Amino acid sequence: MRYAMAVDTKKCVGCSDCVVACQTENNVPLGYARDWITETVAGTYPNVEIEIRSERCNHCENAPCVRCCPTGASHIVEGGIVLVDHDKCIGCGACIEACPYDARYPHPDGYVDKCTFCIHRVEKGEDPACVAVCPTHCLHFGDLDDPNSDVSKAIADRKWKVLAPEAGTKPQIYYLI
Amino acid sequence: MKEELIVSGRNIPGVDPHLTLWHWQIPLYLFLGGLAAGLVFFSSLYVIMGKEDKAPTAVKWASFITPVALVIGLLALFLDLRHKLFFWRLYTTIRLQSPMSWGAWTLLIITPLSFVWSASYLRELVPQWDWKFKWLYAAETWVIKNRKPFAWVMIVLSVILGIYTGILLSAFNARPLWNTSILGPLFLTSGLSTGAATIMWMSKDHEEKNLFGRIDLLLITIEIFFIIHMFMGFLASSAVQIEAAKLFLGGPFTVSFWSFVMILGLLVPAFLEILEWKGYKIPAAVPAFLVLFGGFMFRLLMVEAGQLTRYLY
Ligand code: SF4
Ligand code: SF4
Repeated sequence: MRYAMAVDTKKCVGCSDCVVACQTENNVPLGYARDWITETVAGTYPNVEIEIRSERCNHCENAPCVRCCPTGASHIVEGGIVLVDHDKCIGCGACIEACPYDARYPHPDGYVDKCTFCIHRVEKGEDPACVAVCPTHCLHFGDLDDPNSDVSKAIADRKWKVLAPEAGTKPQIYYLI
Repeated sequence: MKEELIVSGRNIPGVDPHLTLWHWQIPLYLFLGGLAAGLVFFSSLYVIMGKEDKAPTAVKWASFITPVALVIGLLALFLDLRHKLFFWRLYTTIRLQSPMSWGAWTLLIITPLSFVWSASYLRELVPQWDWKFKWLYAAETWVIKNRKPFAWVMIVLSVILGIYTGILLSAFNARPLWNTSILGPLFLTSGLSTGAATIMWMSKDHEEKNLFGRIDLLLITIEIFFIIHMFMGFLASSAVQIEAAKLFLGGPFTVSFWSFVMILGLLVPAFLEILEWKGYKIPAAVPAFLVLFGGFMFRLLMVEAGQLTRYLY
């Protein structure tokens, strides 16, 4: 099993519904976020192209944040989801320094926090909050090993990219372009 | 074709534009770790070579600084933790892939051992000292009898500690400024140099002072070569590492790096040590202080600047 997400950059309008849904679902403290929107504009007027992305932890297959954690608080569970065990985390910050995507943040309560792919929902067979709420249906979640999953179908017949592959972490969020 | 790229990135107030999480605590911890590694290295080296009388300060007196440095260093590390009450979690597991785990365990072993090491010299320093309990006297005799094997253990630990302070940073692939394997040997050399400078400063014995002045001079020279090597490596590497090097070559850290680390921390003390060698009277405190200051500044700037470097996408 390999959970992953596909983000359709052609459909995303940057409304930030996913960000708000995540903050409500996961009680993200003010001033921090587990997911966010970026906008890229390329080209010279009048030939400009805009790309809007909803980004989050890439649940990397080769996760440096897990490797450098001195306590084992950062770990990978079944399906490749990268999680932080709050009661094991000492807040040393090593994983924050290790993440090329700056996907983690220090929670005011002391531990380090990040996207969990809403594992509490996924375990019940639901989609992550961001996926469930997206009004343009540009987020696709599921198991890459299952060819009939939403995410497998989404990346099957579209061109896609991952972010900063040169950082070598094998990210698992696919951006359809 | 002319192409422009404008990125209106994310804007999370608590995280962007740069989440500089590590402040003075980690550099201080790295500095004191390096200093302790240097002091332990020289004291055990001279015991192993059987030349204690040649370097009495290195073997005995300077070793009293080691446990103090280590305890303050550990305290600094503790202050850096955000979930302090869970710090003991460091010791419920051994993570071989995590440099921080290596460091935590090494310190757990070397700190008490360094207390024992200096305690075994305490009665030479304070002859009227009384250990109060019989078993403490017995322990002391045992340590004195087994000094050589003890020194072997210590020297291995000191090298691990010295290299670890560099590897802690270089293991972070995500921070291009740190991600160079030269950082391990570089920090080890710098740590040994701060150790040698401290011994030179403390020593009352003229010959020992000269000896450690020369050792330090050699170490400073190696360090300068490593630093040049590091920048050459960056400039021959990927765009993110060239950007990282630019922080020190024209960027915001240029003045502080070249004046505090390169000139005041390396070149000036090296020059003073050469003058001393040529027979000029230079108070050892001056080059020694500069080496220590430079060593701390080097780590501070590397930690601060490294956190500003990242992959761009
Ligand atoms: S995106 Fe960052 S936090 Fe998420 S798995 Fe990859 S390295 Fe770890
Ligand atoms: S901050 Fe917590 S999760 Fe991150 S490396 Fe340290 S102990 Fe592990």
